[in-house]
Amino acid sequence: MVLKVQGLYKSFKGKPVLKDVNFELDTGEILAIIGRSGAGKTTILRCINNLVRCDRGTIQVDNMYLCRDDEGQSFYAKPPEMLKIRKKLGLVFQNFNLFPHMSVLDNIIEAPINVFRISKKEAVNKATDLLEMLDLTDKATSYPFELSGGQKQRVAIARACALNPLIMCLDEPTSALDPELREGIASTIESLAQEGMGILLITHDMNFAKRVAQKVIFMDEGQIIEECSKEEFFDSMKNDRIKSFIGE
Amino acid sequence: MMIEYILRLLPALLSGLNVTLKVFFLTLILSIPLGILVAVGRLSKIKPLVALVELYIWVMRGTPLLLQIIFVFFGLPIVGITFDRFPAVILAFVLNYAAYFGEIFRGGIESIDKGQYDAAKVLGFTPTKTFTRIILPQMIKIVLPSVANEVITLVKDTSLVYVVGLGELLRAGKIASNRDVSLVPLVVVGVFYLVLTAVLTAVFQKLEDKYSYFQ
Repeated sequence: MVLKVQGLYKSFKGKPVLKDVNFELDTGEILAIIGRSGAGKTTILRCINNLVRCDRGTIQVDNMYLCRDDEGQSFYAKPPEMLKIRKKLGLVFQNFNLFPHMSVLDNIIEAPINVFRISKKEAVNKATDLLEMLDLTDKATSYPFELSGGQKQRVAIARACALNPLIMCLDEPTSALDPELREGIASTIESLAQEGMGILLITHDMNFAKRVAQKVIFMDEGQIIEECSKEEFFDSMKNDRIKSFIGE
Repeated sequence: MMIEYILRLLPALLSGLNVTLKVFFLTLILSIPLGILVAVGRLSKIKPLVALVELYIWVMRGTPLLLQIIFVFFGLPIVGITFDRFPAVILAFVLNYAAYFGEIFRGGIESIDKGQYDAAKVLGFTPTKTFTRIILPQMIKIVLPSVANEVITLVKDTSLVYVVGLGELLRAGKIASNRDVSLVPLVVVGVFYLVLTAVLTAVFQKLEDKYSYFQ
């Protein structure tokens, strides 16, 4: 178990968006969180990556506590511990958020060198391997504006992988892609999982979830409605809300 | 004849140009970093600091620069703060221009996609590193055209220092013009300003070209 979320609550301006969310992610597991927009999927991802602070709940990353619930209040890790936790987490944003003023290579090596104090040589070596794996070798000196959507996404994955995270989060990985590129990102995700990363992906693309996920969580109105294996999920569809969602 | 006359004017005009350039460069070098601080202060989450910076910007943009120069040189001595002419002028110019630059930089910073901050945070950047490594380089590209505008205005604003009796370019031209009952010195002064702004326009064009490597 590499990620454990317990009793996660979050509200914005008094309006609850997460109501008691609990789940776990294993090493090498691909977990898809699905649900319509507004169900709270992205908020979960933002909580796990500490982009927003939850109101209550415990988030454990590789046996470290990102935040810990104590009598209805969440206490967050202190900065040095938080940095260690960050290193275990990778996040690929829906719109990638590459740094436009840096080349592809610099996007990947910036954090390892300037935040984590890894030697430039080591960082470049790692980046070169990642670029090769993601078929981007000839784009190392390009700038983000020169890349296609699929290439930008692969750079974002490379950047998120540069510190060897244990968990890779992807927010709507198919939303900015042409349909024919879906298979590519699916196999990239699978190969990351085979290397032992736990993959947490958010999507409302049912076909993509069906293609790549091993486990599925269905969310509605800030709660997990169903959590099961992909096969169970798509075969039984016992819940009405899930049925209506899939039917759409 | 005309050439000879102009050549005779040159020593006085060049000495005026010297003062003009000193005011120009010192103001530029000091007001740009101060402007960055003003922008950061204006965008900070510390409410009293924001109010203070807003007050400062309001006063600096809301009163004429000429008045500010007069205030620093003639007004402050009343409360016991005395400056020589040149430092007084530089102080007034830097405070005034930092307010304008501050607002330009603030606009530049605010136009950067919020996702850049998220990306930096996820990668472990501290707020300071986020600003220097991610935000600042993108801001510079965005603000260059507005800064160029402001810098060219500064060239011409330097003529205001006559009010404390400093002999800058325009004043040198006016003295010669009055003495010789001729408009020629003023025409020459106009050409000087045009050359200065042409050089600055070219410099900023080069800078914009330099920053065109990304979008």
